[in-house]
Amino acid sequence: MKALSQRRRHPLAAVALLLIGLLFTGGVYALASSTNEAKAQTFSADEVQEGEKLFVANCATCHGMGAVGSENGPSLVGVGAASVDFQVGTGRMPMQMQGPQAQVKPPQFNDEQTMQMAAYVASLGAGPAIPGEEALDTSEADPANGGVVFRVNCAMCHNAAAAGGALTRGKYAPALSGSTAKHTYEAMVTGPQNMPVFNDANITPEDKRDVIAFLETIDEQGSPGGADLGSLGPVSEGLFIWVAGLGVIIAFTVWLTARSS
Amino acid sequence: MADHSHGSPESTGVVARPGQGDVQKFQNPGLPPHRPRLADRDPRAEKRAERQVAILFLVSIIGTVLFFVGYFLIPLDETIATLRLQNLTLGLGTAFAMLGIGVGIVHWAKTLMPDHEVSEDRHEIRTEADRADAEKIINDIVEETGIKRRPLIRNTLLGAMILAPLPAVFIFRDLGPLPGDALRHTYWDSGTRLARDPSGTPIRASDVTIGSAFHVIPEGLSDSEHYLEEKAKAVVLLMRLNPESLNPSPGREDWGYEGIVAYSKICTHVGCPVALYEQQTHHLLCPCHQSTFDLTQECKVIFGPAVRPLPQLPISVDDEGYLIATSDFQQPVGPSFWERG
Amino acid sequence: MSSSTTQSTYQPKTSVGKITNYVDSRVGGSGIVKEFGRKIFPDHWTFMFGEVALYSFVILLLSGTFLTFFYDPSMAETTYDGSYIPLRGVEMSEAYATSLNISFDIRGGLFMRQVHHWSALLFVAAVSVHMLRVFFTGAFRRPRELNWVVGGVLLILAMAAGFTGYSLPDDLLSGNGLRIIDGVIKAVPVVGTYISFFLFGGEFPGTVIIPRLYVLHILLIPAVILLLIAIHLFMVVTHKHTQFPGPGRTNDNVVGFPVGPVYAAKAGGFFFIVFGIIAAISAAFTINPIWNYGPYDPSPVSAGTQPDWYIGWVDGALRLMPGWVAGIPLEWNIAMPWGVNTLSLNVLIPALVPAGIVFGLMFAWPWIESWLTKDKREHHLLDRPRNAPFRTAVGVSGVVFYCIMWAAASSDLIATHFFVSLNDVTYWLRVLFFVGPVIGFMVAQRIALALQRKDREIALHGRETGRIVRLPHGEFIEVHEPLDEYKRYNLVNYESHGVLPAEADVNGHVTRTEKARGRLSRFFFEDRVAPVTPAELEAAHSHAHHDEIAEQHDKAAISK
Repeated sequence: MKALSQRRRHPLAAVALLLIGLLFTGGVYALASSTNEAKAQTFSADEVQEGEKLFVANCATCHGMGAVGSENGPSLVGVGAASVDFQVGTGRMPMQMQGPQAQVKPPQFNDEQTMQMAAYVASLGAGPAIPGEEALDTSEADPANGGVVFRVNCAMCHNAAAAGGALTRGKYAPALSGSTAKHTYEAMVTGPQNMPVFNDANITPEDKRDVIAFLETIDEQGSPGGADLGSLGPVSEGLFIWVAGLGVIIAFTVWLTARSS
Repeated sequence: MADHSHGSPESTGVVARPGQGDVQKFQNPGLPPHRPRLADRDPRAEKRAERQVAILFLVSIIGTVLFFVGYFLIPLDETIATLRLQNLTLGLGTAFAMLGIGVGIVHWAKTLMPDHEVSEDRHEIRTEADRADAEKIINDIVEETGIKRRPLIRNTLLGAMILAPLPAVFIFRDLGPLPGDALRHTYWDSGTRLARDPSGTPIRASDVTIGSAFHVIPEGLSDSEHYLEEKAKAVVLLMRLNPESLNPSPGREDWGYEGIVAYSKICTHVGCPVALYEQQTHHLLCPCHQSTFDLTQECKVIFGPAVRPLPQLPISVDDEGYLIATSDFQQPVGPSFWERG
Repeated sequence: MSSSTTQSTYQPKTSVGKITNYVDSRVGGSGIVKEFGRKIFPDHWTFMFGEVALYSFVILLLSGTFLTFFYDPSMAETTYDGSYIPLRGVEMSEAYATSLNISFDIRGGLFMRQVHHWSALLFVAAVSVHMLRVFFTGAFRRPRELNWVVGGVLLILAMAAGFTGYSLPDDLLSGNGLRIIDGVIKAVPVVGTYISFFLFGGEFPGTVIIPRLYVLHILLIPAVILLLIAIHLFMVVTHKHTQFPGPGRTNDNVVGFPVGPVYAAKAGGFFFIVFGIIAAISAAFTINPIWNYGPYDPSPVSAGTQPDWYIGWVDGALRLMPGWVAGIPLEWNIAMPWGVNTLSLNVLIPALVPAGIVFGLMFAWPWIESWLTKDKREHHLLDRPRNAPFRTAVGVSGVVFYCIMWAAASSDLIATHFFVSLNDVTYWLRVLFFVGPVIGFMVAQRIALALQRKDREIALHGRETGRIVRLPHGEFIEVHEPLDEYKRYNLVNYESHGVLPAEADVNGHVTRTEKARGRLSRFFFEDRVAPVTPAELEAAHSHAHHDEIAEQHDKAAISK
């Protein structure tokens, strides 16, 4: 058991996986342009230049000069601006330490810096672009259809109520309640870490919008029955009845059978 | 069941018997003396307890009113917030209505009703006299039937009694059809296109980029007479990875297409959908019992309770570029069953 | 017999009296009042769990009846057009759609659903705690062995009632639960496939399972539960309730409060309290949010798919079982004359063996214990758990065994909430599955013995007051306050089983089972703490510097 967990914690293991994974995603996006049109996003030369400076200072240690990758981090050529915006914008990158997967934490860079780095990485090779306003506009979206798509494609990892779930060997699918529409969309098109890629041929942009609408709806409305106990299903319900329910009942039985003073 | 002590305060229930006190065992000292309660001694405390009980019953009345307020004055308007408010009002109304009565009655019993502990004797569960009487009655009954003297009657009755319930068992035969070979076939057939779940639109090989996972049903499944039953066997997970990562065994080299492979989504353990695909480790995880399958080893089990690998669906591409199955699964999908072999 | 035809000459005066007399003279109510009106019930807070179970069951019947008026147990396809927007337009079964309607479109429907489900969880929990109380206090001993068995059957029926109800909304969570059941049934040798096809009316999921479970859930199982409750309570009346030992309480009496008015008021009031607590929980806490799970479809599944808590331990056992042990698969294909058959031990072992152990030992325990102790007497006085260390240790061992499987059912949630690897959680629980009950046994036995020694200490030397006094010659002592005879009696009044070595039977043989019994007896009762005797107390008191002597006496009494 110890050996396993040590192997899992071996710094190179996660890196190697990340490297392979991101190389694939990057490579695929460069190749399979028929399904995922690398949207021509306009970044100014200035932004690219600033981004390169930030990249060299903050990312190149692991991802290498020119983002070609190193022993400690995958190549970012062709991962696209969306990937950078997701990883840096949610605070996952830069990683604090090597682990089963990159953790969410407060973003280390402001929006402008993130955009500059995205511009730089996007300039290295075609990849998924940061979704525009119209892609995220959920005013016309159908949350019920989003729910159907979500249950088939997402619920097995992220839980039917988007409360998150466990993966193998310390990895996990995070809860989605804090995620912004843009980051959710970017996660779907880039497939960060162990999440599969859901390209536009798999889940159409309309369906992606519906999924976001569904997530927003269940997040906003809350549970009609009262506190949702973490939306973790029967486990938290069982724990609640044993601890709180029986606890209160025992308190009453003790009072009931105690002598009055 | 005669001779009950009827709860008179004078009865202390002293039960120690003479001769029991020895050096080996302590003598039972009898019930401790009764300590009067506050309400027994102080008329003001008694009055206070009475008021408290009445207030608790009033709380109950208010709770019932609260229930009606929630029921009639909070109209459901399709928003979750209103429903939540109504549920809370109805629930708290009921809770107060019930707790008011319950706590009130118990408080009444504890403070104002007598609290002298009373002792009552236990009785033999079965007295010897009763047993003897009962035995005699039963013997007489058996004797009067004459069943011991008439073995012909006894044996034929026994035979009849054994056979009579059998129809009651066999009448349930039509609960369901016999299995036949239903578990050995799925909706997949040579040439069936792979389609997206649930829309049913066919998938081109070029749609499946590396790192993707498609949830797949056979095209035309929605026309099936037994849609859910067929879907329960036919669902497939379609993934593409670098062809070099796949290590197909002899005879299965052409079951995939340029790194695209399709595996049954039904766990070989007890049948949950194995739908969690980790695109970097190429592991498939079942969320129900954590069986883990390694895609690079033809979905061999690497962790958890499953034994057999997930069955692979042999696929290819038709002339229009759509993915098709080249045959049905080569083995039964899903959990093991006795006749599986 | 002939005298009963004589008409009573009693003439009631008030109108209430007239009605009462009318009924009484026709049904014989006076006899019932005479029998039960002042019957004595002992009072202790742990005696209330059976009532909690009974009251939860009554609440289940009340709320369940309400739900049947709006629920349609049909698997026919329909398109949802109710109030819940994130599901509008989705294809689903009538069962799921009507469950949603109860939740969103019937006033008070959601509340009743939550009351029903919360009281179901409480029902099984209360039955379990009640059985634990009966076990740890030894209330199952003669003459109550059969009532213990009835209680065990009630526990199984409660679980069955819960499971059939859990499946009725036909949502994704319960549908996957049913699929697991189907997979387990199919693993049964010879008949498994047939049972599966008969149960589901063909292949899974079919269109008949929900209506069939509905009939079981609302008719058959509750009817049998009601019948067994009647038998259970009838036996309680016959046996009269047990009581804890104490001053004034013996094996031949029952000390407590009369039914009328005190006990009836407390027990009756307690029904409203239990109802009130369930209502308060249902008001503020969501249970089984079926709208989150979506309609059943064989393709999707949600992370964190678990059954309700009382089925959790079996699910946990399924999770713990490895499919391969040291490279050997636990599914075997066996060549038979007619073909090859599959034996799926990776499913059968976890589904049957732990449940077999738990229920087998549970049902057999009264007889195991009386065989072990050769104690066939009637017991109406309970044991404090510490005063029966062997039984307490066995019980704790069983509870640990159960809880480890229970924890395994939430291995994925343990992993995500404590930031550990899912696989490591499983590995650890596999180890604990075997080691945990042993540790539980040893720790519980040691704690019980230690508490008994502490009781001896208090009985002999009184309570430590915390007051330190300096004696004239300079010695410091802590003043011990002697107990009054009632409190002392609480501590000294118990029986302590000793080792009973194997004995020869009438023919002079020592049978092998008797030898085994002797060895087990040594294992269970070697370490014991005997109750303080009057002589010991006398000795402890009669010496001014009593400490050393008391210690010697302690050592003599605690045979190691």
